[in-house]
Amino acid sequence: MAGFLIKRVLQAIFVVIVVTLVVSFAIRLTGDPALMLTQGAGSVTEEDLQRIRTALGVDQPFLVQYFSFLKGLLTLDFGRSFLGGTPVSRLIADALPATLLLAFISMVVSIVLSIPLGIKAATTRGKWADQAIRILSLVGLSFPNFWLAIMLVLLFSVTLNWLPPSGMGGIESYIMPAVTMGVILTATNVRLVRTAMLETLQSQYIMVARAKGLSESKVLYKHALRNCAIPLITYFGLQFGGLLGGIVVIERVFNWPGMGTLAFDAVGARDYPVLQAVITVLALLIIGINLIVDIAYGLVDPRIRTE
Amino acid sequence: MASSTTSTARSRFLSLEFILGAFLTGTICLAVLFADVLFPGGFDRIDLMARLTPPFVDAAHPLGTDPLGRDVLARVVAGGRISLTVGFVSVAGAVVIGVLMGLVAGYYRGFWDMVLMRFADVQLALPFILLAITFIAILGGSLTNTIILLIVSQWVQYARLVRGSVLALRDREFILSAQAIGVRDRRIIFQHLLPNLLGPVIVLMTLNVATNILLESSLTFLGLGVDPTIPSWGGMLADGRTYLQLAWWVSVFPGLAILLTVLGLNLLGDWLRDSLDPTGRTSR
Repeated sequence: MAGFLIKRVLQAIFVVIVVTLVVSFAIRLTGDPALMLTQGAGSVTEEDLQRIRTALGVDQPFLVQYFSFLKGLLTLDFGRSFLGGTPVSRLIADALPATLLLAFISMVVSIVLSIPLGIKAATTRGKWADQAIRILSLVGLSFPNFWLAIMLVLLFSVTLNWLPPSGMGGIESYIMPAVTMGVILTATNVRLVRTAMLETLQSQYIMVARAKGLSESKVLYKHALRNCAIPLITYFGLQFGGLLGGIVVIERVFNWPGMGTLAFDAVGARDYPVLQAVITVLALLIIGINLIVDIAYGLVDPRIRTE
Repeated sequence: MASSTTSTARSRFLSLEFILGAFLTGTICLAVLFADVLFPGGFDRIDLMARLTPPFVDAAHPLGTDPLGRDVLARVVAGGRISLTVGFVSVAGAVVIGVLMGLVAGYYRGFWDMVLMRFADVQLALPFILLAITFIAILGGSLTNTIILLIVSQWVQYARLVRGSVLALRDREFILSAQAIGVRDRRIIFQHLLPNLLGPVIVLMTLNVATNILLESSLTFLGLGVDPTIPSWGGMLADGRTYLQLAWWVSVFPGLAILLTVLGLNLLGDWLRDSLDPTGRTSR
């Protein structure tokens, strides 16, 4: 077990290094931040530029800058925004909870929807309910998430005037963003639940449970669902990256004050310290969750460790 | 196994899946290919007299017009060019790189295998949209950049799939006997291994054309993809959103086009999986 743990942690550290290197390198491709900062600022001498470069630390070689970024990462100091000089860590501290909250609610929505639907499909395998769920899930998988978001706005805000079209406020402002992501996730999850349940339902302990005369709901929800919970939780955990990617896009539609909005504003304003921090933080979160899921799976299922 | 009644129900359903998928994909591809013939007037003709015509009213503009009086149907069909080009070209690129890497990694193991698996870890941590925001913010959005980024972020999937299949095949007797009689590695890889693992690859390709059409349209919608002056589904949706209250049809039809194209490909992919990949290595 210790070997497995060390190996997984080392792999995660390697990924962190590669991802931060790639992102830092990409950011350095943008050119001279001193020139960008002084654009349109009137008469700027070469000395001024040099002073800005020294102040920002961009006159250092790439590796020196990279290590100071890593050091900043450990102390949660990402420097200051090019715009207004707000510390980047404060911008992230404001935006990250909004994104994570949305991710969490979407996940809950999709689990609440996909478990009963997936079980229904598995128990009616090949019958019309199964086919209907399968088709619906395919349609859901084919939906562009941002278009679903626009269509919800068209229906519930423009036409019916029931829900606010954008922004983060009272509970009603969470409904459309969470439903958009929840429905799209459900389309994938229904299939995972169905497959996992089909396998479990064929095992002997389910036959025993049925033979004992347990009620069908007890067999399904207590015996079968519990036994496929571990692989399902793993799948759900590994979806986190895709989920964050989706949320980043639909934040744009709903003007949700999260990491996506922060990133796009930074792209528009060429505010690269902010952009670098947003991407790095999101990637670290994904790596962290994948690591936890991996280790947890290894803890419960010893077969994984030897893989 | 399922009883005989459910299995016949299933096979009938499968053919329905195929018919619907082939019909959607075929119709859309044909319409896009022959866009110039179908709409000799082009997609850019501005007709200010016919601004914001609602759909299903004027036979000359069956899906209505946008605020510049341009025909929505013609623009939707023209927009398909971008989506289909990106979808097919990016998948072709990713397949070539990924399959080669997967064959080498799976057959020789060792160094390349390790490189590949670490690449896969990195890819899992940097979803396409994040990668795209980082690089396109810097390099600028364009058709080529979108395709390159899609290839960079997706070849690993093919490599992993192929590697897995090669690992399962490499100790089989037909490979061992080929090695025993001194067949060269290159011949073993391309003539003995490759044909035996194409099924799952074809399934993944079909599904990925669908995924990439979705990703390209999100990227263009966000203003990071294809040049906004070229009609594309994501670009039309970004435009249409600003006057959603005035003209719902400008936002509905390009999205519907994405949905139907992707659905058609997904239906085909599902059907192909049942026929070519019965063990479900490409399941999602």
